[in-house]
Amino acid sequence: MTGPRDDGSWQYRAVNRLNPGLDWFSDALIELVEEGHPVVAGSADLQYSNGLVKFAERHPDRFVQFGISEQNMVSSAAGLATTGAMPFVATFASFLGLLCCEQIRMDVAYTKLPVRLIGHHTGISLGFYGTSHHATEDISTMRAIAGLTVVSPSDGPQLKAALKASAEWPEPIYFRTSRGRDPQIYAADVDFVFGRGIEHGRGEDVTVIACGSVVHPALEAAAALRAEGVSVGVVDMPTIKPLDEGLVREVAARSAIVLTVEEHNVLGGLGAAVAEVMAETPSRARLVRHGIRDEYSLIAPPTHLYAHYRLDAAGIAAVVREALS
Amino acid sequence: MPAPTPPPPPARSADRAFLEDRADFVRTEAIRLIEIAKVGHYSSVFSAAETFAVLYYAVMSLHPDDPRWPDRDRFLMGKGHAAVGLFPILADLGYLDREVLDGYTRLGNPLGDHPDMTKVPGIDFSSGSIGHALSNGLGMALGGRLSGRDFTVFVMLGDGEMQEGQVWEAALGAAHHRLGRLVAIVDRNGYQLDGAVDDIIGIEPLADKWRAFGWDVVEVDGHDVDELRTALTAAKESGGERSRPLCIIARTLKGKGVGYMETEPGWHLGYLTPADAERAVAEITEKKR
Repeated sequence: MTGPRDDGSWQYRAVNRLNPGLDWFSDALIELVEEGHPVVAGSADLQYSNGLVKFAERHPDRFVQFGISEQNMVSSAAGLATTGAMPFVATFASFLGLLCCEQIRMDVAYTKLPVRLIGHHTGISLGFYGTSHHATEDISTMRAIAGLTVVSPSDGPQLKAALKASAEWPEPIYFRTSRGRDPQIYAADVDFVFGRGIEHGRGEDVTVIACGSVVHPALEAAAALRAEGVSVGVVDMPTIKPLDEGLVREVAARSAIVLTVEEHNVLGGLGAAVAEVMAETPSRARLVRHGIRDEYSLIAPPTHLYAHYRLDAAGIAAVVREALS
Repeated sequence: MPAPTPPPPPARSADRAFLEDRADFVRTEAIRLIEIAKVGHYSSVFSAAETFAVLYYAVMSLHPDDPRWPDRDRFLMGKGHAAVGLFPILADLGYLDREVLDGYTRLGNPLGDHPDMTKVPGIDFSSGSIGHALSNGLGMALGGRLSGRDFTVFVMLGDGEMQEGQVWEAALGAAHHRLGRLVAIVDRNGYQLDGAVDDIIGIEPLADKWRAFGWDVVEVDGHDVDELRTALTAAKESGGERSRPLCIIARTLKGKGVGYMETEPGWHLGYLTPADAERAVAEITEKKR
């Protein structure tokens, strides 16, 4: 027998290579190399999951396989950065945000080294792989680290634009990205500006502030709500730190309700960041935080989880309706 | 960006008496600085004093006028708590004004119990959380290879540090990536905070462990400056040909130079009153070699 007979059978490497959503990451790094930046990419035995295999094949001399040693990878990236390299190292967000937290604090942020950390498969996107693979605390841990920029792009083009813009960003960065399956929101050549939220319509009844993979369902929910006569705006807030505080104050002055949406614990994440701003700036808006409510997520296929936690379009729309009622 | 023209290197000497004198200078200056802070890691410095002196005065390629000179050799300290022994050397070589030493640990001074690369010229990497430094050095050695520079990365590790898992992640990785210009120096002084390393969590057979992880291993008397100089110079000069990283196990005495510190492990951390400090300095400077 040379292999499975049915077309529906699949294996990990081959199926990931067929996912064009994983190309954005490598394509950004390949372009940075072509532009003359001293990129070095590192992976901890997940190059097919994060798509770095494409970069590794194009630039084998600029790719470092660290194996299953995430802490070693982060600390080594910091050492690399001292020699003039621009390191991008990637692993599951659950590992960067928790397992490597102290290496990120001590070796990357405290030292102010231009290391780019890419935490992928965020939130509950790994479904039934379970709690060890769910990343619902990483925004909280990373934004608590002084000197670390935290960015959660909402689709592939925005991820690519943010990675490319990072070449000119002086601080270390934690990128939080999903699994390369997010529906595309932006055009392939979209711009990215650190610290700037992106408005998708304005609403007097409610403004939804979301980041990462839940921006797309938030936009779908807004469309459905508008059809019902609700005045709703959506802010895609990719930079969680430094937060676009001006835009938060603006929407809080404009809308009756500000609803934050994130696939993350409501403690310490985007909702908390927005709450900190709103608490210090009195406004007419009421804040509602929506996300994982300080619990370990159930296990299930991802779409089932997003539905269960009301992080899909229908769920977000329902949360808005409840908040308005 | 073109590499800056390196200024002339500092005065150096392979002379045994000179290096022994510099090692004792490390000890007496550490005593002086710890008197300012009123607490410090005396015996951790004393075991490493000869290694500091030999590296900085006889082995490493350095240009103190240009602390970030890209071709310089690097020195990292996994046992960052011994930095109080390194700061006097940095001042002696001209990285720092000597007056900076006098404000050791005081508000606004760059010098603390652990080294900070963002504050102290000549510090190649910050440390304080034990176990990271070999990985930091691994990254530097990769970066050296990538940029075509042939500097050597020396990483001093405590023997208690061998208990940290990340050290062995880095050991595996460095051997796999064939980083011949990465040199670990284990200060095998035998003691950690809670007692003898071998009583806390034993690490022997240490040389066999490093060999099993794919490293070359050399064992030296860490208080013999000639032996150290020979081993460290060979490590630097052979880095381009070696396909394996090198571990130098320096057999040392914790507290070396002050009798009671050599026998009482509690001196890992402590404080000497000015009178006791004076007596300790006298013992160090007056001892017969």
